[in-house]
Amino acid sequence: MRENHQLSLVENEVGTAVRPIRDDISLIFEQVLGHPVQITDKTDIVGDLGMDSLGVMNFVMAIEDFYDISIPLDRIAQVQTVGDLIRAVEHLRAGA
Amino acid sequence: MSILAKHAAYKTAYDALRAHGVDPLNVRFEHVLSPTEGILNGRRTILLGTHNYLGLTFDSACIEKAVEATRSQGTGTTGSRVANGSYDGHLRLEQALAEFYGRRDAMVFTTGYQANLGVLSSLVARGDHLMLDADSHASIYDGSRLGGSEVIRFRHNNPDDLYKRLRRLEGAPGDRLIVVEGIYSMMGDTAPLKEIAAVKRETGAYLLVDEAHSLGVLGQTGRGLAEALDVEADVDFIVGTFSKSLGSVGGFCVSNCADFDVMRIVCRPYMFTASLPPGVIASTLEALHTLRSKPALRASLMSNARRLYDGLGALGFTTGPEANPIVAVVMPSQEVAVACWKLLLDSGLYLNLALPPATPTNAPLLRTSVSAAHTARQIDAALGMFAEAGRALGILPAHRRRAGGAV
Repeated sequence: MRENHQLSLVENEVGTAVRPIRDDISLIFEQVLGHPVQITDKTDIVGDLGMDSLGVMNFVMAIEDFYDISIPLDRIAQVQTVGDLIRAVEHLRAGA
Repeated sequence: MSILAKHAAYKTAYDALRAHGVDPLNVRFEHVLSPTEGILNGRRTILLGTHNYLGLTFDSACIEKAVEATRSQGTGTTGSRVANGSYDGHLRLEQALAEFYGRRDAMVFTTGYQANLGVLSSLVARGDHLMLDADSHASIYDGSRLGGSEVIRFRHNNPDDLYKRLRRLEGAPGDRLIVVEGIYSMMGDTAPLKEIAAVKRETGAYLLVDEAHSLGVLGQTGRGLAEALDVEADVDFIVGTFSKSLGSVGGFCVSNCADFDVMRIVCRPYMFTASLPPGVIASTLEALHTLRSKPALRASLMSNARRLYDGLGALGFTTGPEANPIVAVVMPSQEVAVACWKLLLDSGLYLNLALPPATPTNAPLLRTSVSAAHTARQIDAALGMFAEAGRALGILPAHRRRAGGAV
């Protein structure tokens, strides 16, 4: 349940999601990576942030918990940049 | 640049590994002498990483059946069962599997990998939802892409996370299929199948269990984890392999699902590949008979597993959570893992070096698998080599006293 522990930190800091999705994502990155990150829509999640596949999985699961969504694997495969991720989250939340 | 330049990152990592003078992905045995010994670089080597759980690869009855079938029916079927027809053996093996599991239907595939590709691609389609444990085997991930369904991954062995994800799908059309494994191949841990079965019942999903590493290993009669935990009634599909406890090659699926036979005309990994040769079918049938008639093999296997698991723990190594025939030893770094693997190999012990991303965490593993055919002396010899390598590399303290007298 270590992921949930990280999540509760994020949720306490952010509260209900009134901020732009990018700010939430930035905080979740920080929790998963353990240090602050500067991101824009063009930030490449693997290339610029140096995440390995396990890191990406933990990060995606943290995003899923935060928004109470599941991101299907084929959608994850299409996500390369932070902008892609924001669009995927927006789309899934709109469908929920 | 060659067409393979796209794999440059893998090639660089592989070259770096080989620069250490090791090639763990390309070990060449001069001879394999028995289920537990081979000759490697001229040295007699204990095989502690070949998943030969019941040690049946050299079983004389299995060999005789294979030879007899090969002499009478030939070396191969030269094609698929759809094109070339089924041999009597294919049907008898399917009947034997269905009877063993107490299910109406069984289907045999040419490999265990193809069984997962075939079953997963046929059971779910576009509009359905496939729920995979995050630590699923590559064949499950690959099969999940063939069917076109939505694929959702849940946290490893976490029924609450699975439940949460199924609840998010409430109201959405389509079937839900949960896929878990009996024993996970990297850490040797079992699935919490009772809890997963409860989630399945509550959410109306189907449940598939891959018993590749648990057939012949777990359960009163060797049917696997579902039998061991008494949840077989909740499992809709069981997939397994002949290439571990049954000592040959091939895969299967058994089920009570209505209209199961339609799989034979929609399942492409079944239809468009050559069927198993008569010799393989014959030895597998005999091995299944042996698995059922000699429960003592299972007892020896688990006793060997316990001896190795407890012994490694007593030495001070970090292992997986359960004493099963797969015992994974967690290594502190890739450098130490590679060095340890090479030291063990040079001292006469073969096992698997597993590096991320194939491992469930970022830690590299030395993965061992135990056989019923190992003697206590072989297990103790392996523990001795582990102790020496561990001390030489500083993974273990230089003069650690052994806890207890198990070793």
